[in-house]
Amino acid sequence: MRRNQVAVVGAAETTELGVIPNVSQIQLHADAALNAIADAGLKLSDIDGFATAVETPQQIAHYLGITPTWVDGTSVGGCSFMLHVRHAAAAIEAGLCKTVLITHAESGKSNIGRTPRMTGPDSLNGQFELPYGVSTPASMFPIPVLRYMKTHGITHEQIAMVAVVQREWAAKNPRATMKAPITVEDVLNSRMIAYPFRILQCCLVTDGGGALILTSAERAKDFKTRPVYILGTGESVETPMVSQMKTFDSSRAFKVAGPLAFKEAGITHNDVDHLMIYDAFAHLPLYGLGDLGFMPHEETGKFIADGNTRPGGKLPLNTNGGGLSYMHSGMYGMYALQESVRQMRGIAPAQVPGAKISVCHGVGGMFAASGTIIFTNEK
Amino acid sequence: MAEPARARPKPTPETQHFWDGTQAGELRLQRCDACANVYFPPRPFCPSCASRKVSVFKASGKGKLYSYVIHHRPVPGFTPPYAIAVVELDEGPRMMSNIVDCPQTPEALELDMKLEVAFEKLDDKITLPLFRPAKG
Repeated sequence: MRRNQVAVVGAAETTELGVIPNVSQIQLHADAALNAIADAGLKLSDIDGFATAVETPQQIAHYLGITPTWVDGTSVGGCSFMLHVRHAAAAIEAGLCKTVLITHAESGKSNIGRTPRMTGPDSLNGQFELPYGVSTPASMFPIPVLRYMKTHGITHEQIAMVAVVQREWAAKNPRATMKAPITVEDVLNSRMIAYPFRILQCCLVTDGGGALILTSAERAKDFKTRPVYILGTGESVETPMVSQMKTFDSSRAFKVAGPLAFKEAGITHNDVDHLMIYDAFAHLPLYGLGDLGFMPHEETGKFIADGNTRPGGKLPLNTNGGGLSYMHSGMYGMYALQESVRQMRGIAPAQVPGAKISVCHGVGGMFAASGTIIFTNEK
Repeated sequence: MAEPARARPKPTPETQHFWDGTQAGELRLQRCDACANVYFPPRPFCPSCASRKVSVFKASGKGKLYSYVIHHRPVPGFTPPYAIAVVELDEGPRMMSNIVDCPQTPEALELDMKLEVAFEKLDDKITLPLFRPAKG
């Protein structure tokens, strides 16, 4: 795809984030969509392309009252929205539609009007993983981490520092769910969930949503918001069975999606001012730093423990506080994208001064899928 | 009232040979007749070269502990804390399982420890392949 041909011109989260027991999941979609429409200065009738995940596009499009000429229901887990951005950019460039709305919402905590996700007993996961006692993502996502630690020489304290540093960022974000400072000792003494991970190394469970509006860079100039251009994109999938990943000391989906986006953007790692790596659990930023090529995996734990990703560090990472401290409704990718857009607009609560390039990397369905979007505010 | 049971697998036509194998006390894998690739989970073609000429064979049942978590949350059919493990079989493929006859602690569960299959009958139709520390 050509660089900087498409831009984000609308971006918003739901009016509230956190615990929202008085709003159903479908209305959270609408709330985010209406906020993004207002942000862009558009009407819903201006939308001719629509994408969402978990819920079907027809469900949400009809609820909103829009008639799209292009739809995308790609639903590969929490990074689905990165893939939607990539697909939307291609569709706009191809002339299939002009103005794309992407919505996410999840009543993850309050469970109001939530679409059930089922794994059948005759599916491959149902036959070859569920009988061994996996249940929530906390019982599956961390399964590779002990192998990662052994292969790359990563310590428990280093992984605990991921949570500590992200809490420092969260403290700067008024909308973050958890803002009180924590220490490595706090993390390593918190309640055990699935060894080696304790509760402070697991994402939050909250309610919320977000929406993005994309259009051509040419049209973006006429909007009231500062355009945020799509500089590079990548995507891939591997396997929905965590046990069947090619290797546990790296993610194949990350290693495909990330470098694709860097190649398309035509940038080097030194050009990156701001980085988001979807952190459903504390090991994911380490996998991301290594698989996206920022450094060898052996150095990722020390890099974070040494403070390079904290406020004032040389590579600001997960500046909203991440899934560990900002919010996590179940599919966090949308919130990572929202933070990248805020940083590129220059309006983030924990703004990285002068940031021009933001890399936003998502993961989905444990390590099943991955999507990477590189944004810039300069054309 | 019966204790809640663990999730029970339901075989499909393509996986039936695997579950017939565990019933018979055998861990069955598949090997590609064209490229010799050994793979899991079951399917009637080779995921490496796409050949449909594949054979089922009895695996050694030996492997080593590749990675695991020790889950501390309640799940039907399990008493926490319990390990959810991934075993790397000597033939190459990996599979999820549980480790039996072994304390469910980080000290006892050492990565790369040698394991051997231990079949656990769930009911008249399903036997699960679990693993225990290898003898000797």
